[in-house]
Amino acid sequence: MTVVVVQFGGSNCDRDAVRALQHIGIDATRVWHEDGLNDSVENLDGIILPGGFSYGDYLRAGAMAAHSPIVNDIQAAAERGIPVLGVCNGAQVGCESGLTPGAFTTNDRARFQCETVHLRVENATTPWTEAYEAGTVIEIPIAHGEGRFEITENEYEMLKNDNQILFRYCDASGNITDDANPNGSRGNVAGITGNYDTVAVLMPHPERATLPELGRSTDGKGILQAFG
Amino acid sequence: MRMYTATVTVRLKSGVLDPEAETTRRALERLGFEVEALRSADRFEVDIEADSAEKAATRADEMAERLLANPTIHDYEVTVEQHTVPSGSQQ
Repeated sequence: MTVVVVQFGGSNCDRDAVRALQHIGIDATRVWHEDGLNDSVENLDGIILPGGFSYGDYLRAGAMAAHSPIVNDIQAAAERGIPVLGVCNGAQVGCESGLTPGAFTTNDRARFQCETVHLRVENATTPWTEAYEAGTVIEIPIAHGEGRFEITENEYEMLKNDNQILFRYCDASGNITDDANPNGSRGNVAGITGNYDTVAVLMPHPERATLPELGRSTDGKGILQAFG
Repeated sequence: MRMYTATVTVRLKSGVLDPEAETTRRALERLGFEVEALRSADRFEVDIEADSAEKAATRADEMAERLLANPTIHDYEVTVEQHTVPSGSQQ
């Protein structure tokens, strides 16, 4: 039982993800994208698309990695029910590849936002959020220049109706406000699921809020426990 | 088969915020230019061998649909011109 963290050229949160998973007792290994998924591990238990700047963000963040051959393997695994999590650049890859709807694009204030944010848990019935109560406020760091969630009006309505919104940016009390929105995301959306509850993307970094020695919060642990 | 150059212009859909264009507009104003509005776009010039301009345009459309544009946020347009062979290259 192993979680594969897929490493593209320019990924830089792959080691962090492996460390964080191992810290909570989950076996994890990095796999170079060209080595493919199926030959790399015996018992695939989950997949993380990590943060970073794959292909130097050429064309659009995540666009190149989304069309690399390993993504076909990942899509097939997702259809078999294997949990897939895209974090930050991995979230951009997830949307670009169609694993999840919408797009993550340039922050509204044309700035790289690197800070700890508050997130409100919207739907606590998914594997990614069942460690929390709905409405709970958690603290997780973000670090991105292209994290503004955009989606067509129709698709946004579908996301809401199907309870696909996992987290929204909020203030410390859980209020969804413009001031608490670090990048101009529609509806303060920070993370969503795809066609399956087992596929999720989010801009905040749970792997940076799991090891107690790394910062003030270990709130990200609950998200990674989906792989347990 | 003839050579064509397909020009694919990818721009944000109207109504989608363009912080890069807005920041550029403000920089132009700091330089003393009066700017009513500014839009940015990406332009790709793709040389394609095809039987006809229509077929070259269809291929460029597919490229835009599958990679060059993101349909969630972008519109795109394709124009095709028969390729002018640079002097000195093989005919």
